[in-house]
Amino acid sequence: MKYFPLVWATLWRKKTRTIFTLLSVVVAFLLFGMLETVAHAFAHPSTGITGADKLVTTNKYSITLALPFSDAQQIRSVPGVSEVTWMSWFGGYYQESKNFVFAVPIDTDSYFNLHKGEFIVDDGQLQAFRNTRTGALLNSALMKKFGWKVGDKVPLHSTIWTQKSDGSLDWTFDVVGSFSVKDPTQASAQSLTLLFHYELFDEGRSFGKGNVSWFEERVSDPSQSLAISNRIDALFANSPNETKTQPANDFQMAFIKQFGDIGFVLRAILGAVFFTLLFLTGNTMMQSVRERIPELAVLKTLGFGDGKVLALVLAESLLLCIMAAVIGLALSFATLPIIKQGLQGLELSPRAFVPGIGAAVLLALIVGLPPALRAMRLNIVDALADKR
Amino acid sequence: MTEAIVRLRNVDKRYTRGKQSVEVLQGLTLDIPKGEFVALMGPSGSGKTTLLNLIGGLDTPSSGEITVSGQRLDQLGSGALARWRANHVGFVFQFYNLMPMLSAQRNVELPLLLTNLSAAKRKANALAALTLVGIADRARHKPSELSGGQAQRVAIARALVADPALLVCDEPTGDLDRKSADDVLQLLQILNREHGKSIIIVTHDPKAAEFASRQLHMDKGALLEAGTMA
Repeated sequence: MKYFPLVWATLWRKKTRTIFTLLSVVVAFLLFGMLETVAHAFAHPSTGITGADKLVTTNKYSITLALPFSDAQQIRSVPGVSEVTWMSWFGGYYQESKNFVFAVPIDTDSYFNLHKGEFIVDDGQLQAFRNTRTGALLNSALMKKFGWKVGDKVPLHSTIWTQKSDGSLDWTFDVVGSFSVKDPTQASAQSLTLLFHYELFDEGRSFGKGNVSWFEERVSDPSQSLAISNRIDALFANSPNETKTQPANDFQMAFIKQFGDIGFVLRAILGAVFFTLLFLTGNTMMQSVRERIPELAVLKTLGFGDGKVLALVLAESLLLCIMAAVIGLALSFATLPIIKQGLQGLELSPRAFVPGIGAAVLLALIVGLPPALRAMRLNIVDALADKR
Repeated sequence: MTEAIVRLRNVDKRYTRGKQSVEVLQGLTLDIPKGEFVALMGPSGSGKTTLLNLIGGLDTPSSGEITVSGQRLDQLGSGALARWRANHVGFVFQFYNLMPMLSAQRNVELPLLLTNLSAAKRKANALAALTLVGIADRARHKPSELSGGQAQRVAIARALVADPALLVCDEPTGDLDRKSADDVLQLLQILNREHGKSIIIVTHDPKAAEFASRQLHMDKGALLEAGTMA
């Protein structure tokens, strides 16, 4: 601690240069915080379908290939399966494509049986949903987001499904109620959900009738999940629609990976940023030490040993990088709400910042070590010869 | 007879530049008694600064023995030499070599960072050293805010603050006007006479050398003569 004033004063020896270097590292860590948070969110999604007691069955080859609705009966007959429900990908948005709505056509009875106890929904509104063919039950966050209320008619544009009646991609629903989830960790994942009737969807669409995108199953004994998965898939082996049954969490991961390896892409960008930063900061540190060679020689003359001089230069590098990292990560933390708006459905966690401090230390050591070694190896007589 | 603070026996110093070996000091033998103020004089390239570096423990001889304050410096490694310098010798340079970003007081405190003194004690000692050299009122000023004479006084305070027995000064007045130079030399004389510091200065200036109690002349790496001044 007694060396801190010396390290601090040395760091600010050339204020303008230090400020610009600091800013470049701050920006890099701002990017790090934002991208790492997003990458973390993609790598650790909070699924809308939770629990080891839930399985998801999709087409073996791709989630984009449908399965016949009639498979539900066969799946229900598998020992250990206590409930089955089915859903289809609707791909809807409200007015503009940026207003994505996770609209899901469901079979009301089986869906709410399978998710018993997971939702908070008013009995009256649930009954109204059952009774209204064009009814929609919306997550309360979605209602709030668009300012919708019970009684409103909500038009959604599907990116896939045309209506049999007029070939339109627009589907209109009557808002009959709202729901929220009991598990707070699922709140974000469910925040864009709009539930509507599978019957309406299946009868109204101009193609794909009788098909579903995936089945969800609840198993009575979670320890038997793997065996039950195998049993379900065995049912459809060698059929035109072979299946892949997996735990719900794995399904969520696979779903996200349809968009590519987001984590890899984001980390590749970060890698490029830090590679550039290494040169920039490394060059600045080298230049800074080069300018201070007589001063470092004086420290050695006064009795500072090689190790102390090495430590002083490294401490300067650490101080710069960690200070910049803390500022950059704090700024990126402040941007979390904005990122959340753009990535609804993904739970962003500030825990992703933890590697940031590690990265700052690593960066400091990489850029600080060459000049620190140079300072350590400095020959006093040669260094003083220029300026005595 | 007064005990020698500096004792050199058959000291050689050679530098290798590429394939060439340059002999800077040849068979140097010298005793400097404790409490003496010595001026080392001679033309450029005569080996004065090299000799000063060896006595100050900044460099090691190619051969021969160097004993300073009872310690054989030619037998010490770089780490031990650094520790020895911190405790036994103070350095004053021609261009002061102060840290530009630190105040005068912080500059003087630098050698004390290597001790176990508390921050308050370090500060008190630094202020005492600045008071001794007559510049305590400039303690908070940075080197760029000081005149050459003032900066050199700060450098002398830094050399003194750890209370070494020996001060080695390389052209301490080389960058100063006559008045400031005389002030600095008088200060060194006081430190020698009233505080018992042994002082060795390298100088080209005969007037500066007159402040010393003994002048040593060097040429081509050897001592020519020794004279005792008033």
